[in-house]
Parts: sequence; C-alpha cells; structure tokens
Amino acid sequence: MKGTTNYGILNPPPMKTLFRLRGFLKPYVWQIAANILCLLLVTGLSLIVPQIIEQIVDDGLLKGQVQYLVRSAAILLALGLGTAALNLAQRYLSAWTAARIGYDLRNALYDRIQYLTFTYHDHTQTGQLISRCIEDVRAIQDFMGDSLIQMVQLVFLAVGVITLLVLANPTLALISLLPLIPMIMMTTDFGGRVTRLFYAVDLTLGDLSARLQENVSGVQVVRAFAREPYEIDRFDKTNRKYFDSRIKVISEWSKVMPTTSLLITLGTILILIFGGQLVLQGKMTVGGIVAFNAYMLMLSAPVQQIAWMVNGAGEASAGAQRVLEIIATEPEIQSPPNAVTLPPLSGRVEFKHVSLRYLDEKSVALTDIDLAVQPNQLIALIGQTGSGKTSLVNLIPRFYDVTEGAVLVDGVDVREVDLGSLRKQIGIVLQTSLLFSDTIGANIAYGRPDATEDEVIAAAKAAQAHEFILGFPNGYETIVGERGVTLSGGQRQRVAIARALLMNPRILILDDSTSSVDTQTEKLIQEALDHLMEGRTTFVIAHRLSTVRRADLILVMENGRIVQRGKHAELLAQGGLYREIHDLQLNQDHAFVSESEEVESLETRASADHSFS
Amino acid sequence: MAKTIIVPPAYVTQSEELYDKGYDPKVARRLFGYTRPYMNRLSVAMVLMFFASAAAVAGPYFVKIAIDSGLTAQNYDALRYTVLAYLAAAVIQWVCTYYRVNIMSWIGQAVIYDLRTALFQHLQQLSLSFYSRYSVGRVITRVINDVETLRDFLTWAVLAITRDIFTLIMIIIVMLSMDLRLALLTFSVLPFMVLATLLFRKFSRLAYRKVRAAISWVNSVLAENVNGVRVVQAFSRQAYNYNKFADYVNRYHLERAVDAARLASFFSPVVDVLGAIATALVVWFGGTAVLGEKITAGVLVAFVLYIDRFFDPIRDLSRRFDALQSTMAGGERILALLDTDIDVQDASNARDLPVLKGEVKFDHVSFHYSDDPQPVLTDINLHVHPGETVALVGETGAGKTTIVKLLSRFHDPTAGRVLADGHDLRDVTQSSLRRQMGIVLQDPFLFNGSVKENILFGRLGASDEDVVAAAQAVGAHGFILRLKNRYETSVEEGGVLLSVGQRQLISFARALLADPRILILDEATSSVDTQTEQIIQKALARLLKGRTAFVIAHRLSTITSADRIVVIEGGRIVEQGTHAELLEKRGMYYELYRTGFQE
Repeated sequence: MKGTTNYGILNPPPMKTLFRLRGFLKPYVWQIAANILCLLLVTGLSLIVPQIIEQIVDDGLLKGQVQYLVRSAAILLALGLGTAALNLAQRYLSAWTAARIGYDLRNALYDRIQYLTFTYHDHTQTGQLISRCIEDVRAIQDFMGDSLIQMVQLVFLAVGVITLLVLANPTLALISLLPLIPMIMMTTDFGGRVTRLFYAVDLTLGDLSARLQENVSGVQVVRAFAREPYEIDRFDKTNRKYFDSRIKVISEWSKVMPTTSLLITLGTILILIFGGQLVLQGKMTVGGIVAFNAYMLMLSAPVQQIAWMVNGAGEASAGAQRVLEIIATEPEIQSPPNAVTLPPLSGRVEFKHVSLRYLDEKSVALTDIDLAVQPNQLIALIGQTGSGKTSLVNLIPRFYDVTEGAVLVDGVDVREVDLGSLRKQIGIVLQTSLLFSDTIGANIAYGRPDATEDEVIAAAKAAQAHEFILGFPNGYETIVGERGVTLSGGQRQRVAIARALLMNPRILILDDSTSSVDTQTEKLIQEALDHLMEGRTTFVIAHRLSTVRRADLILVMENGRIVQRGKHAELLAQGGLYREIHDLQLNQDHAFVSESEEVESLETRASADHSFS
Repeated sequence: MAKTIIVPPAYVTQSEELYDKGYDPKVARRLFGYTRPYMNRLSVAMVLMFFASAAAVAGPYFVKIAIDSGLTAQNYDALRYTVLAYLAAAVIQWVCTYYRVNIMSWIGQAVIYDLRTALFQHLQQLSLSFYSRYSVGRVITRVINDVETLRDFLTWAVLAITRDIFTLIMIIIVMLSMDLRLALLTFSVLPFMVLATLLFRKFSRLAYRKVRAAISWVNSVLAENVNGVRVVQAFSRQAYNYNKFADYVNRYHLERAVDAARLASFFSPVVDVLGAIATALVVWFGGTAVLGEKITAGVLVAFVLYIDRFFDPIRDLSRRFDALQSTMAGGERILALLDTDIDVQDASNARDLPVLKGEVKFDHVSFHYSDDPQPVLTDINLHVHPGETVALVGETGAGKTTIVKLLSRFHDPTAGRVLADGHDLRDVTQSSLRRQMGIVLQDPFLFNGSVKENILFGRLGASDEDVVAAAQAVGAHGFILRLKNRYETSVEEGGVLLSVGQRQLISFARALLADPRILILDEATSSVDTQTEQIIQKALARLLKGRTAFVIAHRLSTITSADRIVVIEGGRIVEQGTHAELLEKRGMYYELYRTGFQE
C-alpha cells in the first residue's frame, strides 16, 4: 500500500460526502440560523427592487407623477442600506462559522493522527497527512464560508423569483422559465463529472509533488550517477499528466459557464417576445414587462456562478472524504473500555507464545516467543537485521498488538491496561534520537512536562549532557531542531537518554546505537546508559560485546525466533549462532576512529547534505 | 474561555514581515513574459473577449430599444428585429466566451507547465551547496504550492480580471453615449469607491499576511509531530500536545482568520451602499429628466440595469487585488529560485572526458565555502594511481568529505586543480565525469520504486541478467529473493521497509552496475549486525577491485587493506603511507589507531 494516494480513483466521493460533515456544524446551529435569516432577508429586499422599478416606469414616468420618483429613489436608497447591513452581518457570520469549523476539523484530525497506531503510520506518507490537515480543511472551510452560502442564496432567490413571476403572469412565467430546465440538468451532470476530474487532478498533483520530493531528497544520488536528463524526463511526464488533467476540467467548465448565461438571456428574449405581445395587446404594462425582465436578470449573476459553486463543492467533498477517512479510522490499539490503570510496576515482563505478523506482509515477524523476565534484569537481544529484535521490544509498550499469544507486564496482559499508565512506565531510547524543535529543557521534560528545573538538570547530568548544554549561550533554553541549534548525533542521543531518565521508567528499552560516535563520546554515552539501566528491567538491542557480556539473559534471534538463550559463558560454551557472532565480532569490532562527528559539524551548514558527509 | 494573547514564536512573526512586500511590477512583468510563446493564441483570446464583452454589454441596450421603439411606440416589427438582434448578440457572446475561456485557460496551464519544467531543470543544475541551504520542504513549497497559487491566478483570476476590465470600459462608453449627465451622476460615487478600496486594502493586507504566517505555523507544528508520532506515543504526550495545538497554534490561526473575515465583511456592503446611492440619484434626476422629455423611459431603465452591472466588476476587481498580491509574493519567490546562480557549471568549451584509466591528482588544492572564509582544505597534494585504494582517515571535521566532494566536483576548489587522467575537472563536462565515477553514500538513498529499478539507476538499460549479476556479486541476491515480490518488490519512501544493511547492499549493486573507473565510498558508521557486516565487507572488496577508490573509512579492516592511508588533520594531509609504515612512524595515525582500538 503506497500511502493513500491511489485509493478511490474509480470511485470519487459523491457530493453526499459533505453531509457527513454535519456533526461539525452542530455547535454552531444558532450562528447558522442567524446566517440563514440574514440571507432570507437580503433576498427578500432584493426582490422588492424590480417592483419599485415597475412603479417608476408605470406611475412615475408614463403617468408623469413626480412624487413617485422621489419616493422610489428614497426607497431604493433605504433598501440599499438595509441590504448592506444584512450583508455585513451575514458575511461575518459565515466567515466566522467557516473558520470555527476549520479549527474544529484541524483539531479533530490532529487528535486522531496522534493516536493512530504505528502500523497506520508505517503505511502512510507524512506529507499526505499534513496536506489533509491543511489543504483539505482549507477546501472545506472555503466551501462552507463561500460556495455553500452562495448556493443557499441562489435557491432562496430562485424560489422567490419564480413565485413572483408566477404570481405576476403564470403563462409568461412558464414560458420564460423554460430555459432553466436544461440549465439544471446540465449543472447536475457537470457536478458529477467535474468532481471525478478534480479527483484526478488532486492525484496527479500529489504524484508531481512526490516525484519532486524524491528527486530533491536523493539529489546526491542523481548527481552521482549523472541521471539528471532521466529525472527531467520523468518529471516532465508527470507534469504533462497534470497539465492534461487540468485541461480536462477546463474543457468541461468552459462548456457550462457560457451556456448558463446564454440560457438566462434566452429567458429575457422570451419575455420580450411573448410579454411584448401582451403589452401590444394591452394585457400588460410596459413597467410590468420591465419588472418581469428585471426579476429574470436577478438570476443571471448567481447562475453564472453555478459552475464555480459546483467546483467548490466538488473540491470540498473530495477533501471531506479524505478528512473523514482519517477521523473515522479507529486506532486499532487503544485502552479497552474498562482498562486497568497500572500501579507502579515491579518490572516483570512475560511473553507467552507470542507470534506477530505485520499487516500486509507475507512473512511472520515473530514466531512463538516465550519468555519471562524478572524485575531489574538486563536482557540483551542479538541477531541479524530483520531477525525480530525490534519487533519483540515494540510489543512491550504495545506499539503493535500480537497476532497470537500474550505479552504480560507484572502479570497483566498489556491489552487490558490503560495505555498511558503502561507507556509512562516504559522508557525508550531509539536508534535515531528524534528531538522536537523546542528548548533542550522542554525536550528533556518531554515525557513529563511538569518536571521541575532541578529534575531536568539532574537527568541531564546523569545522561552526561549537562556540560555540553551549558556550553550553549542559552543553556537549557537553547532551541534545537530545524529552526535552532543542530546537535551532533552523540549530543542528540544523550538528550534522548536524559528524556528517558526523567520518566524514571520501570522498564527500559534501548536500541544500542552508540557506534555512530567517536570513542570519547561513546564512553560518555556508555556511562549515561549504565546509569539509566540501574535498577530497571532493561531490554537492549545490542551490537557491542561489552553490553552483551554483562546481560542477565542473552536472546539470540533468527528469523523471528529465539534460537539460543542464556548467559554469555553458557552460550559461548554451547557454540552455535552465538559463538559465530561472537567470533566474528571479536575480529572486527574494532571500530577505528569514527567519522560521524564530521557529519555533524557539516550538518550545521549542510542539513540536506548529511548523507554524504 | 478567557481570552489570552497568544504569542507565536519568532519565526512566525518574522515570516509575517517577509510577506510585507508590496506589489512589484517587475515581478509581474517577468511572469507575464512566460506568455510570450503563446502570443498568437493570446491575441485571438483578446479579440474574442472584445466581442464577448461587447455582446454582453449590449444586452440592456437591446432591452432599451425594445421598450422605446417596440413597446412604447407600439411597433411590433421593431420589437421583433430588436429581439432577433439580441438573440444574435447572445449567441455571439456564447461562442466567443467558450473559445476565450478555453484558450486562456490553456495558456495559463501551459505557462504553469513551462514554469515548473524550468524550475525543475534549474534544480537539476544547482550545486549541492544550494541544497545544503534550501530544505526539501522549501523546494516543494516553491515548485508545488507557490506555482499552484500562480496557476489559480493565471487561469481563473486573469480570466475574471480581463473580463471585468473590458466590461467596465464598455459600460462606461455605453453610459456616456446614452446620456452624459446621467453617466456623470453615476460616476460621482466613484471617488468614494476608490477611497473605500484603498482603506480596505491597507488593513486587509496586514490581516491576510498574518493569516498566512499563522497557517505556516500550523503547518510546521503538524509536520514535526506527524514525523515524530512514534516518540509522541512512546512518551504518552498526545493529550498535552493536543491542548498545546488547540489552544495555541490552531487558535492563533483561528483568531487571525476571524480578524481578516471581520475586515472583509465590511467591504462588500460599502459597495452595496454606493450602488444604491447611484441608483437613487439616477432615478431621481433621470426621472425628472424623463418628465421634462429630455430622455426616454427606456434610457432610464437601461441605466438602472447598467448601474448594477457597473458595480459588479468593481467589487470583483478589488477582491481580486488581494489575490494578486499574494500571488506576486509567491511569484517573487519562484523567480528568486530561478535566479539562483548555478555555481558549479560546465565550462562553455567543456569537453567530454575520454574513458579514464583512473589516475587522480590533487594539485595544491585549497577550498573554503563561499559564505565562510575559514579554509576547509589547505594545499592538498595527492597523486593516486589507477587501481589504487586510498583510505582517508582523520578526526571529525578534518576535511575528508570535502576532498571526495571536490573529486566528484560537487564543489570547485578555491585554489589549485583537481585532475583525472590529467584533465582538469573544470574543463570537462560534469556528466561525462560522473558517468565514470561511482559514489556510494553513507546513508544509501533508495528511490520509491522496485528493487530492480533502484539497481538499474546505476546504468539505465542494463539487462535483467546484469542486474541479478550485480546483486549476486555484492551478496544481495539472497535477501532480495526472500522479499515478497523479489526484484519487483517496491521499496517504500526512503527505503523504510529494508534494513540499513540491505539498503547498503542495494546501493553497492547499483554502483557495481554502473561500473565506474573511480569509486568514492563513504563507509557507513551505523551499526549493523555482525553477519550482515561480513557480507558487506565481502561486497566491498568485490566493489573496490580493479578501480581507483577513495574510501572514507571507519572500519579497521577497510583501512588496513587499503593500498594507501591518507591522514588528514585540519584540512591538511599530515601523513600518508601503508598501515605498517604509518604505525612505525608513531605519529598521528598511531595515536588514532591506539585510541580507536581500545574498547
């Protein structure tokens, strides 16, 4: 499953999708009602205008009564002022409501995305999620604040105009409204087609963006293999597809847009022909005809916007479909309804015949893992990449659910406990230490935002990070990340260790990744880790013999199974895979001077560049 | 909820200032230059537009004639002819509009296509130092989002604006020719209109700028948290983050959006009021004039209809002006990217490099970055023979990476020369150089595509057998066969489904398939398990065989087996020789060896 770009191309969302958003309108029922009232009044006022004009022509001009003119001018002015006031209220209300709905939608999306499982995020592109929160919500917001209001207004106006015309002269009304029938048919048909086309446009733009993103991320490889012409060609193909998809929309649109105004003009012409006859026969006044025509023309401007409104609705319903898709995705992993809140753990961890198979994957990641770990033990996992070490430890904080068997913490199945109470007692230091663009202090306090300054400093000291942090001009207030100071790999790791330390977890999961720093830093990190592991149940994905040797239990993994287990000496005596790995490592585990510090110094000037440095 | 003032971080307020650039006619002119290839079509569209607008504006005039000559005069024939003429005008408008919309939108799309192509081609030529300053996200924003804004503007707004202007001009002409006094009466409200527009723009510009800055703040917070969602969950930060988002970032955006809406909702009613005033004036004075028999009833009715049509384009135009402004801000950023100098460029008389033997020479090479006078390399002299493997060794920031970057000509030296088989790299084409050069990065980058496509990247058009042979040679064949669809298995974004070791092996196969004369290898430092490590070492030996190779080495085995070890410190070569020679010297290398060797 490549992200979510390729869903539904055959099956674009119907406009009905928009109705599914109604839950988001509920909190604003009063504002919406007031808005509709304003719209009704504005429409009502505008319907009076042609009546005035009729009076001007018939009573004022043709009968020569000046007082009618003065009065009509005054009424027209008053109507203008009233309309303006109502418009002001209505516009503000609709923009306000739309902005609130956008705000609520963004919050709902963010909330859901945060809780969606690792499995979901493994299969979804970050860019896709962000563009839904921003672009799709914007499309919905624009629609609610603009096109939707125009549609409602058009309906009110059409109903009002038709009623008045029928009241004035049913036959003439019927004749002059005939052109509206093909118009309605055409617009409905257009709505369906253009939604599909817009869908295709969205998809190709997504492809274009992905193509570009990849090219830029892999710029060094492209350069290194002199593949620029090839890349330009690939981009050009996608760019052309995008061009074509846009042209398709335009050719639909350009058919509908001029035709709607032609049909309205036909209405006017019908009025002149048939109404003119009535006037000539003396059955209708000239002013009556003028008013009749004025009503008809009132429809002309909004009807010209129909294509636009449908466009907006199509875009919004495509957006709504994607937004709702996320909001409706239930996280597969959540605390059960009557979850047990875990008391402070002693740190016993058990795996009972656990198997795991990832979504969409053929092979099994873990098979029949059976394991009991006592509090405060140090467990080392070793084995080839892909042998299941990370999969195994990811089950303890319940990042994934087992396919078979059970994982127990202090004798309780992790699926029965409150997730927060479980994860707060588990500290994790991942191989890539991701920090957030915030102060160093806030990053250390990430798991416990309420921690005191002293606690933060204590954690930093224990993680051997205090000194380098003080080396920055702003100390703990130094902003890190994209818009701040770039930390070296070793520094990042120590901040991550401090972050885990501050949680004071009962169970600790470490991805032993210190090999990417120089010897000196490595020593510091090792000391920090020793500190961190003290008095906790610790799982280490280990690459270094020094760590492995000290473990209370070593698990040797191969193809998702534990093939050997025991202490260092026992396993060494046993021979087998452990012995093999051990011997290999003795021969080569003499990392020379590590170069990665150079990476980091360059990173400050070259963030996109780091893979080559 | 108590109203608290949200203070966004500095970069948000800074970007608010960034938007504070007025409309620059130079930018508009240059962007307009992109329509030049389509001038013929554009002229046709303009002619069509003229007819369409004329036909549209003529509508009320026909109504006037119908009333005056037909109805009031009780002349049936006159009515009939007028109606026919009206119908003809409507059909003309219909046909002209259809083709005009088609042509103009087509031009808009074509310009956008051209602009994106130009941007992408330019991006393919910019040097790596550009990419070190310009993040991926910014490139995407330029080429996708900014160009999209421009597209919206070019295709829809330009259509509307030209239509509005044409219509406005014609209405003015018709009004003036129908009745000068009534026309001037109508125009008397215009100065107020202009004043209102100016005031509105002054305030709304600031408001919209704040909205845009706020949305970019939302954007960056979202991006960071979605990227780090695993950490968020591991530390159970969801509730805390949610409150922070809802009460600060998202709320800040909401408040700015409502501010802007408040301003915008004032504008249109002002136009309504002015329109009503104009209509009232015309009815009053015009009506009196009709009674004095100076004008006909038809003229008055037509005038009232025209007033309505007169204010519509004005309202529309002032609204579009805002879009124009943000479009120009985007346009300016696009042009700035297009104007970025290509700092590493083929010389005008660059030759293609002949097939290399693989001799490399650094001749008194020094280097510093353009924005930083601090020398990175000083007087590097190095002569490497064909087939030799050179291990570059040294501490952090010593300059090893820079040496290989100069060799692959990602940068040019600031002094001295880099020569391949005696050719100065600046005299040859970059593509002919890089085709003979293989580069294996520390963090192997894989493209979204199949495993096979990724290996093929080394040499397009290689046969399946070649691909398999390359994979076999580096020991990748085994694990590839275990993948779901073997060689056709798709590698997801950034190759996340493969392990680091597997990605490395694929990048080796890719380099092997390219069969370069000179190989640059940045040995990975990230730890892989011992068995994979074994395979990688073997693959490495296979890859290095028979080529000139520069290795930024991290593993002792790689270093000791090199033909020559070059020790770099502070941007200078301090020692070179074989492992044994250097150990004997008891110099820098010996020190590194000793400290590194201890566990």
